Amino acid sequence: MQITNPVCSALADATFRAYREAVIRLPPDVLRVIEQAAAAETSPVARGEFANILQNISMAEKLGVPMCQDTGVPVIYLTIPPDVPLTKELYAAVAEGVRRATREVPLRPNVVDPITRHNTNDNTGHGMPAIHVKPGEKFTVTVFPKGAGAENMSRIGMLLPSQVNQIEKFVVETVYLAGSRPCPPIVIGVGIGGTFDGAAAMAKEALLQPLDQMTDYERGILAAVNRLGIGAMGLGGDFTALAVKVKTAGCHTASLPVAVNIQCWANRHATVEVKR
Amino acid sequence: MTAKPVQLRTPLGEEVLALHAGDHVELSGLVYTARDEAHLRMQKEGIPFDPKGAVIYHCGPVIQDKRVVAAGPTTSARMNELSGFLFDKGVRALIGKGGMGTRVLGQLKDKGVYLAFTGGCAALAADRMTLKGVFFEDLGMAEAVWVFELDRLPLVVGIDSHGSDIFGDVSKHAEAEFGRYKKS
Repeated sequence: MQITNPVCSALADATFRAYREAVIRLPPDVLRVIEQAAAAETSPVARGEFANILQNISMAEKLGVPMCQDTGVPVIYLTIPPDVPLTKELYAAVAEGVRRATREVPLRPNVVDPITRHNTNDNTGHGMPAIHVKPGEKFTVTVFPKGAGAENMSRIGMLLPSQVNQIEKFVVETVYLAGSRPCPPIVIGVGIGGTFDGAAAMAKEALLQPLDQMTDYERGILAAVNRLGIGAMGLGGDFTALAVKVKTAGCHTASLPVAVNIQCWANRHATVEVKR
Repeated sequence: MTAKPVQLRTPLGEEVLALHAGDHVELSGLVYTARDEAHLRMQKEGIPFDPKGAVIYHCGPVIQDKRVVAAGPTTSARMNELSGFLFDKGVRALIGKGGMGTRVLGQLKDKGVYLAFTGGCAALAADRMTLKGVFFEDLGMAEAVWVFELDRLPLVVGIDSHGSDIFGDVSKHAEAEFGRYKKS
């Protein structure tokens, strides 16, 4: 689809800029929790891993290159103000921004057809980018590039209503089964309630919340996860995870959906306001 | 505090036998990338470089205009069943992430080490690497054997030549810790 509307051109540009920002620079709250963990870590081996991670973060910024070679798949959140109509062209504009970012940043082309495994080479495809729309005051685009190593370790469970006290166990089990594979220290998004699909969406959105503000409930799960001792990169240590963020929604009295979305230390996301 | 890293330069010799799991090292000199496809090809057609004292890096890099753009480590466990012939030919070290199985632990005994590099650290890796050549380029960018010259790449000994394996120990601890939920 040709982008003709100036608002849509501005959205394509904002998507490109948010993508570039996201893969090169971490948000301040994410950087803070990594720095805090690095300072508090007691294992000498894990301290070395944190030193490499911090050096890598500053190197990516200095060189203007992606911090990880897995530049992810495009997960996009749009906030649409009342005067911007939600049209197909808005979706096309986001895809255009993704294609430009793939060429110019550059990004690794990761998006393939799920069955034929044919790579489109531009990080778009049927239903990709994954675009989520919310009403709001400002017109913004958030790009959340999701790498496969951590995403593949995510799980969803339809627990019984009587298993509310088993939620922590389900999260800890997810991290235990993942081991070193999601590149710990990880960030854990948990969606509790809603429906099967809604819980998964909440788990992902939870990862976008400020990581340096946790409730007692979230801190309790984090402490339980960190008792596993998997540590940075599976080499052992105090920080298997940096933060746990929970989102909840009302659910059926006979249901308890729990989704756990795993994210590596590079919890990359950036939000750009669309200039009109 | 972390002790000063041990400086190593390829080709490696018996100095790797003095390393212990948990030691930090900085590696300089030539390394060869290899993933699943390259291992299979080398088993069939032979190793295209001098394997004596060589180091294999589990990595599928992004190369652009003959430059290393991003070159973080890939998951080593995929090569668990593919690596034995390398040590028989004289390879002294593997670099990757996530550790390897008990089979490799046995194969490294009195021969070599597994060095862990931090996952996701593609920018740091690229900054410490210069592209020197390539073999098996027909396998594609990710699977080809690239020759990189390293300049003090910061690594940690994950598995040593004396039978110590940090990843194995950590897994056992995590298993015991999670086991407490099963009892409750």
